[in-house]
Amino acid sequence: MSVPARDPATLPRLGWTLAALLVLWPLLQLAQFKPAALFEANNLTAMGHFVGGFLPPETAPDFLALLARATVETLAMATAGIALAVLLAVPLGLVLTRSLSISRLGPGRGGWPGQLLRIAARGVLAVLRGVPELVWALLFVRIFGLGAAAGVLALGITYGGMLGKVYGEILESSDARPARCLLEAGSGRLAALFYGLLPNAAQELVSYTVYRWECAVRASVVMGFVGAGGLGQLMDQSMKMLNGGEAASILATFLVLVLAADALSEFLRRRLA
Amino acid sequence: MGFSLDGVGFTHANGYRALRGITLSVAPGERVALIGASGAGKTTLLQVLAASLKPGEGRVNLLGADPWGGSPRALRALRARIGLVHQAAPIPPRQRVVTAVLAGRLGQWPLWKSLVSLVVPADPEGARRELARLDLAERLFERCDRLSGGQLQRVALARVLYQQPDLLLADEPVSAMDPALSELTVALLNEEALRRGVTLVASLHAVDLALRHFARVVGVKDGAILFDLPAAEVTEALLRELYASEGGLPSAGGIGSDAGPAVGLSPLRCA
Repeated sequence: MSVPARDPATLPRLGWTLAALLVLWPLLQLAQFKPAALFEANNLTAMGHFVGGFLPPETAPDFLALLARATVETLAMATAGIALAVLLAVPLGLVLTRSLSISRLGPGRGGWPGQLLRIAARGVLAVLRGVPELVWALLFVRIFGLGAAAGVLALGITYGGMLGKVYGEILESSDARPARCLLEAGSGRLAALFYGLLPNAAQELVSYTVYRWECAVRASVVMGFVGAGGLGQLMDQSMKMLNGGEAASILATFLVLVLAADALSEFLRRRLA
Repeated sequence: MGFSLDGVGFTHANGYRALRGITLSVAPGERVALIGASGAGKTTLLQVLAASLKPGEGRVNLLGADPWGGSPRALRALRARIGLVHQAAPIPPRQRVVTAVLAGRLGQWPLWKSLVSLVVPADPEGARRELARLDLAERLFERCDRLSGGQLQRVALARVLYQQPDLLLADEPVSAMDPALSELTVALLNEEALRRGVTLVASLHAVDLALRHFARVVGVKDGAILFDLPAAEVTEALLRELYASEGGLPSAGGIGSDAGPAVGLSPLRCA
């Protein structure tokens, strides 16, 4: 075999880079992306007024009590939602993981039911996360009335779709050989998952789950606007009453929650390292 | 209940013909060494014997059963009775030694027992016993990423010993070990097979190890069997032909070489 003088991958790589740039440019135009507008004088004063309205943050004791209650409600909603999402995502994500497929060894018999199941699971996950949580929330508010229950279900379903997809991809991209070796020695799928895949993938799975929990905390703002309770509903009321100080306090609370999620993720990652 | 292959051929998806017309019959309790140059097809042949690769042509009978003719459940049960020691130990680095060894019986344990064993090891004594035979008992509760390559290879070996398979396969089981340890390990594999009366097939890069420890030696070249002879009848000319493309005979090195007729050769090192 003769080795070509030039790297045969160079031309395709250049081509794809150019193609990506060619696609990106009209998209930026379509999205009316004009960063210069941010720095025009009248826009700057308008923004200044908007931000100024948020200061100083509200610290009245009765509002803080309300804020604390809403925070606990939001945390409960996000946590319950993520728990539900994990319940949905684990079986669907496992179905997607080709490295846990026994019939692919060999390959043996019975490959096509597995293929069908995988396509079906992919479809279910797409529907779950394809409909935005706000739409799910609007639907569930009609059934359960205003309150956290609708938010929990909406979060659980949308985030179940996202978690399932990413779980499957994380498991797929981690080293498949340990699990394959166990399957070759007659182990079942779940045992191979726990002994072969999870030791390598646990860290990433946990950190993505905690990140989604953090997103769920933030998503609860949007859910609050449709009456699903928590910090979002409080935010909705403050914004409607044009009370910038209260909104600032709520935003500060979000910041603290995000930092807390970050610390939790870091702690868990270190535990699992 | 050993195994038999009849006209077995295997072609990779990219069109590379890894095995052609392999006919090989091994009786229960027989111990066979596979030798041959890198890329000759030894690993592919062992994968066929482990029921993890379905050959494109020919008939396979493993432990009295046709692996690809029965139900998936029967295939799983058959796989649980076959143990393959992989060339590169496929053990997650974050796993503890005890868990990695106990994983050998996942095919025999019910799921609940496997899961409980992740929290409270189901049989640490059993794992310790197998590790002790490989001089690793003191590393029982350590993580695998703290072990050296040779130690990891021994953990993988302990896993297959713990599995107690009826067909014991090993793909270059001593490739990461020094000559003295290689000697001990190959002897241990033979002793285990002899004690339990099971069939052993090991591919070895070191010809002298193969000739010293195995009564029957199969030479594989370009995906086909070049010779299948008692160790005493393997001649220097055959070995030269077997390794013609490598330009020299590989050996474990450093070990006295006075066993087979072919081992008295001068520089037996792999280039």
